[in-house]
Amino acid sequence: MKSNADVVIIGGGINGCSLAYRLAKKGVDVVVVEKNYLSSGATGACGAGIRQQWSTKENTLLAIRSVKIFEQLSKELGHDIEFRQGGYLIAVHDEKEMKQAKKNVAMQRSLGLKVDILKPEEITDIVPILDVEGMRAIGATFCPTDGHANPFQTTFAYADAARRLGAEINTHTMATGLQLIKKTISAVVTDQGTINTNIVVNAAGIDSKAIADMVHIKLPLTPFRKEIMATERFKPLFEAMVISFKDGIYFSQQREGQIVGGIPIPEETGGYKTMPTFAFLQHMAQTLTRYAPILKHVNMLRHWTGFYDVTPDARPILGEVKELHGFIQCNGFSGHGFMISPMVSSLLTDLIANHKTSEVLDSLALERFKRKNIEKELSVVG
Amino acid sequence: MKRSIVCRCEDISEEDVIHAIGDGYTDIEELRKKLRIGMGPCQGRVCIQLVARILERKTGKKVAKIPLPTVRPPLIPVPLGTLASEKYEK
Repeated sequence: MKSNADVVIIGGGINGCSLAYRLAKKGVDVVVVEKNYLSSGATGACGAGIRQQWSTKENTLLAIRSVKIFEQLSKELGHDIEFRQGGYLIAVHDEKEMKQAKKNVAMQRSLGLKVDILKPEEITDIVPILDVEGMRAIGATFCPTDGHANPFQTTFAYADAARRLGAEINTHTMATGLQLIKKTISAVVTDQGTINTNIVVNAAGIDSKAIADMVHIKLPLTPFRKEIMATERFKPLFEAMVISFKDGIYFSQQREGQIVGGIPIPEETGGYKTMPTFAFLQHMAQTLTRYAPILKHVNMLRHWTGFYDVTPDARPILGEVKELHGFIQCNGFSGHGFMISPMVSSLLTDLIANHKTSEVLDSLALERFKRKNIEKELSVVG
Repeated sequence: MKRSIVCRCEDISEEDVIHAIGDGYTDIEELRKKLRIGMGPCQGRVCIQLVARILERKTGKKVAKIPLPTVRPPLIPVPLGTLASEKYEK
């Protein structure tokens, strides 16, 4: 392992690996330390969805620009990340939700996104297996350019491309301390040795809070255990991701043919517990077969847990913290880290390599939580 | 050409596994995510031991020291209709 680097990234998930790639491409000497294996945290457990339909302008912008990057990413990285655009269909259940949906769609359209409000009878044109009555929908919104990519392949493709450009990626290497000289980062201590650096990126998912604690910086992150399941494969029946903010459910058919989806665990509160529960399984199976009754004949193969690192406004914490020079946050994705990773790494590369900040980046700084009014992202599932 | 199947569910051969190990995927969970071994109906009961042996041969790490992948219930395929059939009691 190197003992000196321009930048050390803690965390080998999608954001750590994509940032390593973008920095290496700019000629920055970058090292990644990952305590387990690449994509072993939230990235590897996620639902693979890529959505642009948000309630806040910042998230919508980040997502729209991320999709533009995803569209050419397989070519750029020289590896198929299995990106496809089958759209996201968001069920709308009542007048209150419809009012919010119309507001969201107006804002999204003002940013140039193609998104439509569907009548109940138009829902099955997009996803034929849905039972509109069973899902209790009075309509839906649909954006055809939303979609999916394979989170494992995307992470591995970024890591391979980063290595080809000279980045060093160390798995099974745990960051155990940060060293400072006055109010500047001077080194990262790991269980495999120390790396001298003036810039550390904290991209450690739910462990980001513990990393920041090492230098007495408090991150408002709460780990929320989430469960997700996969069925056996069957012939392609639909292309869109179906989600509902009211029921919290999301599901889609992946490229190989399996359905992958999740729903909030009944009565779940924050915490670090990782065991899957039967409560989830039953709740998921009941809701999923209510939405798409034909799926009752499909076998469920496995379910697993992952974590959302949730912030008070469900938006990420990005950029350098005021109190400590060279300590850069890249966490708090609140369940949306994979889908906005292209823009997150692009913005942070601008900051680190070109010392360039932006309005979006400034709006996602840690300091925002000191203000009285923070705009909360409302469009959250899972 | 001879092709030894390691994972029947996902149609992955011994050569595929060796190739991925050569590319640096030397962790059983990494191989699983790279190749989808253990993600089919058998949930790894057939392939994981074989993959562990190939890993031992290629990396020198003993099978006994190779951690098994996380156990992901329910271990055998269960129809969604069966899982949905009873009401969740508080």
